[in-house]
Amino acid sequence: MNSQFYYRILKFTNARLFHLTHVDVLLLLALLLLMSGGLVILYSASGQDVAMVERQVVRLGLGMATCLALAQLPPKYMRRASPFLFAILVGLLVAVLVAGVGAKGAQRWLALPGGLRFQPSEIMKIVMPMMVAWYFANRPLPPTLKEIITVLGIIAVPSLMVAKQPDLGTALLVGVSGIFALFLAGLGWRYILGAAAAVPVAAYGLWQVMREYQKQRVLTFLDPESDPLGSGWNIIQSKTAIGSGGLHGKGWLEGSQAQLNFLPESHTDFIIAVLAEEFGMIGCALLMCAYLLVVARGLFIAANAEDNYARLLAGSITLTFFVYMFVNIGMVSGILPVVGVPLPLVSYGGTSIITIMATFGILMSIQTHKRAR
Amino acid sequence: MGKHQQVFRNYRQEHALTRRRIIVAGVVVLIMIGVLMSRLFYLQVVQYDLYQTKANENRVMLVTEPPPRGLIYDRNGVVLADNRPIHSLTVIPERAASLPELKERLDKLIDISDEDWRNYERKLKEYRRPYQSITLKPQLTDKEWSKVSVDLYKLDGVQVEAQLTRYYPYGEAFAHAVGYVGRITAADLERVDRMAYQGALFIGKTGVENYYESTLFGKPGISKVEVNARGRIMSEIERQNPEPGKDLHLYMDARLQQYAYDLLGDYKGSVVAIDPNNGGVLAMVSKPGFDPNLFVRGISVDNYARLRDDKRLPLFNRALRGGYPPASTIKPFMGLAGLEHGFSSWTERYYARGFYQINPDGRRYRDWKRGGHGWIDLERSIIESVDTYYYQLAHKMGITPIHNFLSKFGYGSTSILDLNGASAGLLPSNEWKKSRYKEPWYPGDSVNVGIGQGFMVATPIQIATANAALAARGHMYYPRMVDAVNDQPATFEDNDGVEHKITLKDQRNWERMVKAMEKVITDDHGTGRRLQGTEYRIAGKTGTGQVFSLQDDEEYDASNLDKRLHDHALFIGFAPAEDPKIAVFAIFENGGSSAKPADLTKALFDAYLYDDYPERYDYFEEQAR
Repeated sequence: MNSQFYYRILKFTNARLFHLTHVDVLLLLALLLLMSGGLVILYSASGQDVAMVERQVVRLGLGMATCLALAQLPPKYMRRASPFLFAILVGLLVAVLVAGVGAKGAQRWLALPGGLRFQPSEIMKIVMPMMVAWYFANRPLPPTLKEIITVLGIIAVPSLMVAKQPDLGTALLVGVSGIFALFLAGLGWRYILGAAAAVPVAAYGLWQVMREYQKQRVLTFLDPESDPLGSGWNIIQSKTAIGSGGLHGKGWLEGSQAQLNFLPESHTDFIIAVLAEEFGMIGCALLMCAYLLVVARGLFIAANAEDNYARLLAGSITLTFFVYMFVNIGMVSGILPVVGVPLPLVSYGGTSIITIMATFGILMSIQTHKRAR
Repeated sequence: MGKHQQVFRNYRQEHALTRRRIIVAGVVVLIMIGVLMSRLFYLQVVQYDLYQTKANENRVMLVTEPPPRGLIYDRNGVVLADNRPIHSLTVIPERAASLPELKERLDKLIDISDEDWRNYERKLKEYRRPYQSITLKPQLTDKEWSKVSVDLYKLDGVQVEAQLTRYYPYGEAFAHAVGYVGRITAADLERVDRMAYQGALFIGKTGVENYYESTLFGKPGISKVEVNARGRIMSEIERQNPEPGKDLHLYMDARLQQYAYDLLGDYKGSVVAIDPNNGGVLAMVSKPGFDPNLFVRGISVDNYARLRDDKRLPLFNRALRGGYPPASTIKPFMGLAGLEHGFSSWTERYYARGFYQINPDGRRYRDWKRGGHGWIDLERSIIESVDTYYYQLAHKMGITPIHNFLSKFGYGSTSILDLNGASAGLLPSNEWKKSRYKEPWYPGDSVNVGIGQGFMVATPIQIATANAALAARGHMYYPRMVDAVNDQPATFEDNDGVEHKITLKDQRNWERMVKAMEKVITDDHGTGRRLQGTEYRIAGKTGTGQVFSLQDDEEYDASNLDKRLHDHALFIGFAPAEDPKIAVFAIFENGGSSAKPADLTKALFDAYLYDDYPERYDYFEEQAR
């Protein structure tokens, strides 16, 4: 009775706010929960660097602003803009490959006047599902083989361009976001199973033609612990951090792996290991609940979206967000190879927070611009 | 194209399709979350113990802190072995950059010699606990120190460590007695507790430093510390303070030691002074010495080669290991042996010709005095050091009584209690000759031994000990260096005891022999008459040891001999004769005449008994603590 009362209040508030501000309160709350949890971990992971936490707060604020701004934009405009945005971004990706700037041997940015930098591949993560959803928007589902091949081409071109920078993590997410849209569009199960069967065959064929040093690199990539002082160091230390956290964790700010710098990249890609060390498996479970809340709300919005474009876009955005988290935790805990994917909304870092929050703005827009029935 | 197909579109069906797909995706999401959670469960619950241990191994390090080494003082509190703080550049190889990179970066900062690098690389290959720092450059100058300190944070695994190093303020005169510490070798680690010596920089190699290693070393402190990934110590978890090594207080008088060393002049030789009342070694000199400070941090190859190849053998401890014929200094003991075994008496007279023969046609054993000494008795045989008397005495006795009697004075064995490496010399016997030469003992062998020559070999510490036992009228204290450890009197554990009393059939013979030895100085024909004129009474005995054998009728003529073949000059003496406070043995290698060791002995007596040293030794008093 009591809980029902609160539910009704929430529902009412949500409904009212829909029309006034185009904000999805449930999603907003889930995101805020995740963000605040992330800041608590970041404070510890940064070695109690208040300035760093403040910068992260500013980024999250900017992300939230982006989210709320995009929520005001009705989905139909997004749909109309989709192919143009896609074309522009492909052009920019070409520009990156030709004249990009970067660091650590990778070209990812375009230099803008005023010392600013711009990373087109980040935006491509949003635009890719928009493009695929746009493609299917006016076509009957499920797609035909010809359509499937066309879409695969649309996905492949920017993904490969990003991979060439090289930025494997982003390429993966760009590709995956397109594939998800394709899957949601009703890609036939026979194609899915066929592709699943083809992967090992293709891998075997590729293995046969690879040179020894290439094989070695692949092996190290798949099993970094075979190189304990090189790429294996990170993963060994992160597993040690996670494992030594145990069920309850060592306590906030008490993780020796994190606080004594044994854990590399502890405030960026490997931040989940800090959580696991200091808050244990229980802390991890709570964090995953927060993620699950976001994902569940996202899938709910997708399932209840008005048209195919919105459904595919919302579903793809949500699933890509999940993949972000899955790949990050999988890689830090040693079941996936190390590709540079941050833990969304928790890892310290600029661009990805803005783009991720932008996608949640799209979700809110889809949820709040429905015609009344 | 879209419009044409729109006619046939079934929106409800399409909606249902996408919904189904979203539900499938939701299920997959849940499965994937399950995969992640089970992975976390595996790491955090199933393998918790393993990773807990790994994290602790990362985090916790045991650091041994070497205890400050005990100091060594002389009897007046003068520090003979001191600890000095230095700053050294050390490297933890596990934390540092690769060797070539480290080299390149450090060489930009300060000068590190090739030898330092070679030493570092050698230590890198030796046994070492992981994360144990290795000294790269010992003893940084202040300038180097400040230069390195500024850039230290950039150099992982490199640090400046404050250490205590050993310092011997008075150098070479004390090198053999006090000894020195040096770099710990693998062989050293075999005989000590490896754990305890982790982090220790040196270990006692010779002398008192060596024998008292465990006393001086103390007990290392062990701290459990938390380190970060760069090996920097962040905090201390647990700490067991080091127990400082104990200080040693020697019987030695630093002034006496230095004085004796200086009095030897350019001669090689040895001086050992003992307090007959307790066996305490007041001075123990072996000349030439060397600078023991060279050894402390590991001696350089060049320096070592220079010392090793020096013909004067500076590294050779003559006091403990030098084998010399005791020569005529054996005569008082030989005389007592004759009395004890009934082959001589104070009253019996003997006609001393210029030589002695076993058979009328046999070899002539010559006296140092060409024409002989005429009618003499035992006392006069000591005063004038009559060789022929002892030739006939030893001949009559044979080797067995000689051996048995002299061994009571420590000849033929090592009796020094607290120094390692002493030589037993050689007190020959029938059995010894049979096993050594497969030949019986000939009477002629005894004749030579009678004047402390032939097969007989003794070390300065042995002769000095026998001399002290004579001074104490048969109370033989085994010689010892250390008087007290911290505030406690030193205790010695030795299977053969630390002293014994030599009892003669007629105990009055001690006084009579001492009287004879006094007359060596006071008698106008005494071989030590040059020492006349002291206010206290000296008992003494001269000796000249042959370095090579003269043929029957050959005469010793120093002017025609290479200096290396000159006779060794020896002297034993103690004073005051009636109640000796100090007994001295001195030998000048190739010194020619016993005048030199006799004068030296008297100078030491004067200084020691009146506590009056030449002014140049005042600095020892200033240094006393």
